[in-house]
Amino acid sequence: MKISTFFYTLWQGIKNIFRNKLFSLASVATIGACLFLFGLFYSVLANFQHIVKTAEEDVCIVVYFDEDITDSRIEEIGNMIKRRAEVSKVNFVSADDAWETFKTEYLDGYSDGFLENPLADMANYEVYLNDVSMQSALVTYLESVPGVSEVKRSELTALTLSNANKLIGYISIGIIVILLAVSVFLISNTVTIGIAVRKEEISIMKYIGATDYFVRAPFVIEGIIIGLVGASIPLGIIYFVYNRALNFIKEQFSVLSSLLNFLTIDDIFKTLVPVSLIIGVGIGFFGSFITVRKHLRV
Amino acid sequence: MALSPRKKKKLMEDDEVIVMENVSKSYQAGVPALSNVNLRIKKGEFVFVVGDSGSGKSTFIKLLLRELIPTEGNLYVLNYNLNKIKHRKIPKFRRNLGVVFQDFRLLKDRNVYENVAFAQRIVEVPGSQIRKNVPKVLATVGLAGKYKAKPGKLSGGEQQRVAIARALVNRPTILLADEPTGNLDPNNSMEIMKLLEEINNAGTTVIMVTHNKDIVNAMQKRVITLRKGVVVSDHERGGYDDED
Repeated sequence: MKISTFFYTLWQGIKNIFRNKLFSLASVATIGACLFLFGLFYSVLANFQHIVKTAEEDVCIVVYFDEDITDSRIEEIGNMIKRRAEVSKVNFVSADDAWETFKTEYLDGYSDGFLENPLADMANYEVYLNDVSMQSALVTYLESVPGVSEVKRSELTALTLSNANKLIGYISIGIIVILLAVSVFLISNTVTIGIAVRKEEISIMKYIGATDYFVRAPFVIEGIIIGLVGASIPLGIIYFVYNRALNFIKEQFSVLSSLLNFLTIDDIFKTLVPVSLIIGVGIGFFGSFITVRKHLRV
Repeated sequence: MALSPRKKKKLMEDDEVIVMENVSKSYQAGVPALSNVNLRIKKGEFVFVVGDSGSGKSTFIKLLLRELIPTEGNLYVLNYNLNKIKHRKIPKFRRNLGVVFQDFRLLKDRNVYENVAFAQRIVEVPGSQIRKNVPKVLATVGLAGKYKAKPGKLSGGEQQRVAIARALVNRPTILLADEPTGNLDPNNSMEIMKLLEEINNAGTTVIMVTHNKDIVNAMQKRVITLRKGVVVSDHERGGYDDED
């Protein structure tokens, strides 16, 4: 294709958009809304996954011992746990360590009244796993080990997070699919109106000897530009809104922000920008391409 | 070893531009719009195709433009077999034709220059060439001074001249004119006919569909008369009255 033809086609595509201002605007708005929701769900989902992953890394089994257990037996049990394949890390927390941690985290300088260690029997092993799903099997094993009084687990937290993650994922996909279908339909309508408006011009082009490509290309370009604009606007909005929302959460819910580790906008945009642009351009191309093939038998 | 250029099979005589062999076209089974038409048109001829409404004139033009395909018979134009031409080759074929319509079919949102340049852009002529060709062809049709005017500001005769300029700018071998004087007064009609004659004298084959008796009688060119889809007469030099 000649460079002059390329620019002519591009210019015609841009002019088409302004010829059907209202329909173009409707298409941009729908794609924009679709990709805004996509971005929103993605941001929530990505953060959720990040939080779940962090939580999974922190999920550990705590193994407590019988009151009269000897130090050598504790060490023996520790070695047994370390040998298990599903175990990634084992930390021994002595009664003194446990008390120190408790004092720091919860008493904040008000521990002077305690003359003895109230957690004297709370020495334990923190057992970290390679895979959270192996937790039940390990717990069953540990509970049968002589000298172990109690095994505490946090499987419920991990499972709840995982399930919530999945649910949000399914809802997001459902809504996005519906919006994508509406976007394709609207782009198709916009292009159909464009073809109707330019019917006379297209018929002259055909008589003069325009190729299929030459007649169709401006409409496809129109669709792609609509898709591109429709994708860019929500990205800008998300950039603005995300940082504000993060600041708001940090200010208003400081407890949450200290517990949960949120992703930065840069982390979100690494995936969101290319995916949104590809989806926007893809919808534009697909919607206009199927329409010109259907309505423009040149 | 150098490859020899692939030669196109010769479908018609060198001096012929259109050959119709037993061409029929039916839109519905048993109702022919054109029936068993046989004719040969040579390069450089000026041919009138005349007939009343429903005689098959429009079908005749549409077949030549490859907008329609014959139901029966063979149609060759400029060595293209229009019964078998591939879809992707139709644009290249049409670039050999110039078309002028009764209602001008100009793009109202573009000026005279842009309307003519549009035809060149479509066939991907470089911009520098367009800037040379368009003023030249506008001068040929006598509209050099009105290149900036929008079609709405021009008279009917002037609009038809723009349409002719657009048809000519790509240097077609055949000019098809479908009732080009149908919307014009007698004076403008004669002006347009003079222009078409000049174009024909310059070597372009002109095929004009009309039912304007005065023009046909005045020009004394080849006249093919259609009635109910059948060629009832074909005179080398004749008038509209010759049909009977």
